[in-house]
Amino acid sequence: MKKSLMWLIVGLLCLSIIGSFSLFGCAQEAAEEPAAEEEAAEEPAEEAGGLSIAIVVKNIGNPFFDVIKTGWDEALGELGDESIFRGPEQPTPEGQIEIIESLIAQKVDGFTYVANDPQSLQPICKKAMDAGIAVVGWESGIVPESRHLSVEPASAKDIGVDQVKMLAEMIDYEGQIAILSATATMANQNTWIEYMEEELEKEEYANMELVDIVYGDDVREKSYNEALGLFKTYPELKGIISPTTVGIAATARAITDEELIDQVELTGLGLPSEMAEYVHNGACKEFGLWNPIDLGYLDAYSTHYLATGEITGSPGETFTAGRLGEYTIEEQEGVENGLVYLGGLFTFNIDNIDEWKDKI
Amino acid sequence: MEMIDKSKKTFSVKSFFLRWEVLLLLIFIVYNIIIIFTTPYYLDINNIFDMTFIFTEKGLVALIMAFIIITGNVDLSVASIMGLSSVAMAASYQAGVNIWAAFLIGLLIGTSAGFLNGMIITRLSLPAIIITLATYSFYRGIAYVILGNEAVSGFTKKFSYIGQGYIGNSPVPFPLIIFLIIAVISIIILHRTTFGRMVYAIGLNEKAAFASGIPIKKIKLLLFTLSGFMSGFAGMIITSRIGNTRPNIATGFELEIITIVILGGVMITGGVGNMWGVFISIVLISTIRYGLGFHNVPGQIMLVVTGGLLISSILINNFLKTFVSNRVLKR
Repeated sequence: MKKSLMWLIVGLLCLSIIGSFSLFGCAQEAAEEPAAEEEAAEEPAEEAGGLSIAIVVKNIGNPFFDVIKTGWDEALGELGDESIFRGPEQPTPEGQIEIIESLIAQKVDGFTYVANDPQSLQPICKKAMDAGIAVVGWESGIVPESRHLSVEPASAKDIGVDQVKMLAEMIDYEGQIAILSATATMANQNTWIEYMEEELEKEEYANMELVDIVYGDDVREKSYNEALGLFKTYPELKGIISPTTVGIAATARAITDEELIDQVELTGLGLPSEMAEYVHNGACKEFGLWNPIDLGYLDAYSTHYLATGEITGSPGETFTAGRLGEYTIEEQEGVENGLVYLGGLFTFNIDNIDEWKDKI
Repeated sequence: MEMIDKSKKTFSVKSFFLRWEVLLLLIFIVYNIIIIFTTPYYLDINNIFDMTFIFTEKGLVALIMAFIIITGNVDLSVASIMGLSSVAMAASYQAGVNIWAAFLIGLLIGTSAGFLNGMIITRLSLPAIIITLATYSFYRGIAYVILGNEAVSGFTKKFSYIGQGYIGNSPVPFPLIIFLIIAVISIIILHRTTFGRMVYAIGLNEKAAFASGIPIKKIKLLLFTLSGFMSGFAGMIITSRIGNTRPNIATGFELEIITIVILGGVMITGGVGNMWGVFISIVLISTIRYGLGFHNVPGQIMLVVTGGLLISSILINNFLKTFVSNRVLKR
């Protein structure tokens, strides 16, 4: 008898939990449904613009892509298009494939993607293009038949070389250095690293030795631990290049925690908002980045023009990307589709970090 | 066994609605009605068939996992086996082996990995959860040793048929057909054969099953080997679908697969479960992901929904059972 009474209480407790769960669920569905209906109702009207354009990022919860989104939304707002922002929970190609499947199914007009692994996304992007969707790829992985047009922040060579130069200045062209990258399959980082290695073969870097390349998978904890691992394995280490925003912030944290400021120098690609603290304490004296707001903005305009058919993505075509002005599509080695460069690498240091830290 | 027979004899409306798979089916229907009315293109036949690509790999492994969980065991190493066999296949292909021979190597590696699990578990009589937790890291680790941080791609066009192909010119994906065939076989084996009844018996009371002459060790060894084989096969499908492989392929799938099986009404303690429930659960979880994808719901919310669904369906079912047994007690 006592037992059944206990079960009744447990049952009631359970019910209240379910209740709150389902209320939460209902509230969410209710919030979503009218929005969906409105969209459906609006669709037939098809005002000027009125396309639905999506961006597929490496993973959500990554502040860099949130900044990209501000430029992306700004441009699509100007064009009057619907903006869809998607990314998997984990930075895996499997998750991105699932998202692109869903974008094809809902018949979007175009999408931009930044691939966790361009090879893996090739079949699904081909499928999207066959379905008449405009596909813009934004990363340096050159895979044929995976997009109509590439958009790049700066030439991969400049990005790689500039980071080596920044670090070389900091350590007086001497000592052991290491690279802390994102995942091993990320095309962006791999291309930059190739150019870094190429640059390091030059004579002025004869006294610098690249001792290791490690991968933090763009996960904070893993990057932090990889940095600690580097300090342990190479006690003589002078500098680290981290060409990824998650990696550089984690490494700066590790340098600060281990009290290695001024012993191990750090540079790479980072976000001013995350790096300001470390620029001030000296863990990372200088780092670079392109302007992600503009990059998102350019992505949106290129995808829109491709979707409307104003450009086809072949080299030689020109188009005007709102406030950024005119762009010419350049040739790209190894693939048929063209390429647009946003501009060069922008550097942040103690002089300008404070004016940028609230923006990106 | 007795319980199953009883429920068949005394069919009533009340007990029908108390059955887990019926509850799941109701959730499935309600969810689909809502989503159909709120989502254009949801009922597009091509879309629905294409949706199945994302669940066939997990579904195949979940079918075998259901047998294992019904015996009161669990296999945590399935996703690692998927990764290992995929990497083994890719590495041998890279070394110049014919693609189909590499495919067989992948299957063989998967099967042996499962066999090794089974051998350790049955010979040493250790809990499966501990052994497969160990091999979960062990197999994934070997995959990393083989490929390092590399990725392998560029398999021949013919190989892509396994994971991406359609039957003739129809919109029916090839992997879906494989999945359906294996699902039907699993349902028949679990519910219509002596072997199936033995699986339940082991889960209900292993000692009693042993005493009544059921070859417990042989059955467990067979199930874990099968699980390895199916994980290997699923590994081949995902490699073919994505067109390349990395040592971290299919990471985290084991928990999704176990979630599917538990949501399907299989008790983690063993002895209770129904293959129909598992089947409905596979379809339900994938339609939820597919449907929410149309609303461009971010991935974290999907995790919340899947987790919430699991918790609430377990609680609802528990509550209904308590409610009914209390009423019986009062009488």
